[in-house]
Amino acid sequence: MLQILLGAVSLGLLWAVMTIGVYITYRILNIADLSVEGSIAMGAAIAAQGIMKGMNPFAATAMAFIGGMSAGLITGALHTRLKIPALLSGILTMIALYSVNLRILGKANLSLLRLETVYTGLQSMGVGRNDSVIVLGMLSVSALIVVLYWFFGTEIGCAIRATGNNPQMARAQGINTDNMIILGLVISNGLVALSGALIAQSQSFADVQMGIGSIVIGLASVIIGEVLFGKKSFFSRLVSLVLGAISYRVIIALVLRLGMPANDLKLFTALTVAIALSLPVLRGYLEPLKKSMKGGR
Amino acid sequence: MLNIKNVSKTFNLGTVNEKAALKNINLMLEEGDFVTLIGGNGAGKSTMLNCVAGVYGVEAGNIFIDGKEVTKLPEHRRAALIGRVFQDPMMGTAASMGIEENLALAYRRGQLRTLRWGISHQEKELFKELLSSLGLGLENRMTDKVGLLSGGQRQALTLVMATLIRPRILLLDEHTAALDPKTADKVLELSDHFIEESGLTTLMVTHNMRHAIKHGNRLVMMHEGHIILDIKGEEKMNLTVEDLMQRFGKASGEEFANDRALLSE
Ligand SMILES: Nc1ncnc2c1ncn2[C@@H]1O[C@H](COP(=O)(O)OP(=O)(O)OP(=O)(O)O)[C@@H](O)[C@H]1O
Ligand SMILES: [Mg+2]
Repeated sequence: MLQILLGAVSLGLLWAVMTIGVYITYRILNIADLSVEGSIAMGAAIAAQGIMKGMNPFAATAMAFIGGMSAGLITGALHTRLKIPALLSGILTMIALYSVNLRILGKANLSLLRLETVYTGLQSMGVGRNDSVIVLGMLSVSALIVVLYWFFGTEIGCAIRATGNNPQMARAQGINTDNMIILGLVISNGLVALSGALIAQSQSFADVQMGIGSIVIGLASVIIGEVLFGKKSFFSRLVSLVLGAISYRVIIALVLRLGMPANDLKLFTALTVAIALSLPVLRGYLEPLKKSMKGGR
Repeated sequence: MLNIKNVSKTFNLGTVNEKAALKNINLMLEEGDFVTLIGGNGAGKSTMLNCVAGVYGVEAGNIFIDGKEVTKLPEHRRAALIGRVFQDPMMGTAASMGIEENLALAYRRGQLRTLRWGISHQEKELFKELLSSLGLGLENRMTDKVGLLSGGQRQALTLVMATLIRPRILLLDEHTAALDPKTADKVLELSDHFIEESGLTTLMVTHNMRHAIKHGNRLVMMHEGHIILDIKGEEKMNLTVEDLMQRFGKASGEEFANDRALLSE
């Protein structure tokens, strides 16, 4: 049981990087960006192929980050320069990336077994497989929180937040909202690809399919984080994203353990997100019910 | 200061929904002019302000601010020269950001935004002092989210933001229309205060004829995309609501009572 939990925590930490990327578009920019489904697999593909070709795993991971950023750039350009609706821009990039990722991988999946990864350094120092993922995951996530906390407090970061919050006001205050949207998408997709690279190395293979449904997992993690751990300051929000991503993995591990077939996972996740997103409406329906129950007493 | 030359703006050009909102408009504001702009619904008042601000491009004519042609400049670039307050109190501020964060955004209007911290300690002090001098009761809520403020408070804050960096032109589009009469008067008073204090060149849209007469040094009336009246100087000072109604009737060639929009006195 403990083993399962630790596995969930390590996986959750790596997915937290992706969750933070989704948060940047979904909550800060107010855009549902589907290109992440392609960029997560792209990150995995670039890192895997880089390592196969004998690259240093850290350099390959950095390259994955850059690849993801370029995917975000394309979505951003489609949306702001060519005026294609955000949702559709993301879908276009996502579909295009499927082919791109196949080309990068050369086939549907690539095994990294017995190859050097970002984790093998720690493992050679005697740290266990899972522990090495947890250590590195913790390090990346902490660094990320610090950097993003700083970034979104800077003038440019504030301009991105204002753009997502009220683009009309942002433009009236001299902010180039198009550029801010592009920048946000670039950072977000970079992080998602980074997450894909870390996940691929931890499970020792990259698969062109691994992005399918990832946006929903990201959203589920964002929402679980908000519901369970609040959303007070920006810092606590960032931490809640990480806790949300871990909680999601723990919940999944538990329901699988309780005997839910693995094939039903995506259905389960979609339902969770649908319920979480409709909470405000559901509360509205429940309110009169609660009142009448109180009145009855 | 502001020069609108032969400007025409048609929405949905070349479709069945084609609508000429501005028809060859000419308007020149001198430095320090405070123009009140009235006219019925759909007269083209908001469109004119939006064309000046760069929200819409125009298909003909030129717009100059402070001698500089801005006709082709995108909205965010023109913002360096323009302060704006909108009819909808929600529109001028970022609801999920704090009061001081909103002010800090406005404080950087027209400047290159960098990776410096978004708000400095000196700025926090400055904003606090500024707000307490205005007696809005906001000086102790500097970190509160703007979404928590009332419509009147948000409109007052938007006004402070619009004038924080002295704009070459201040555009007010029915900025008190969504407020109750008492709050509206307060916000108008505050507008007068800012405009007088820094001698701001201002274009203020209102549906209230009393306000249009009482405020500003010049009154412009629009009707169906044209400017039909331009009253300044002594004539403007001696203007009454009756005068205005009569002159509107003559200039527009319509019975005034038919225009539902100019009802409020
Ligand atoms: N974005 C738009 N698309 C199409 N038509 C528009 C648009 N904005 C305004 N119009 C039309 O242009 C005309 C002028 O509208 P405008 O908003 O400038 O009027 P207004 O004088 O501000 O009126 P009100 O007093 O009601 O605010 C109207 O006929 C309006 O329907
Ligand atoms: Mg209007």
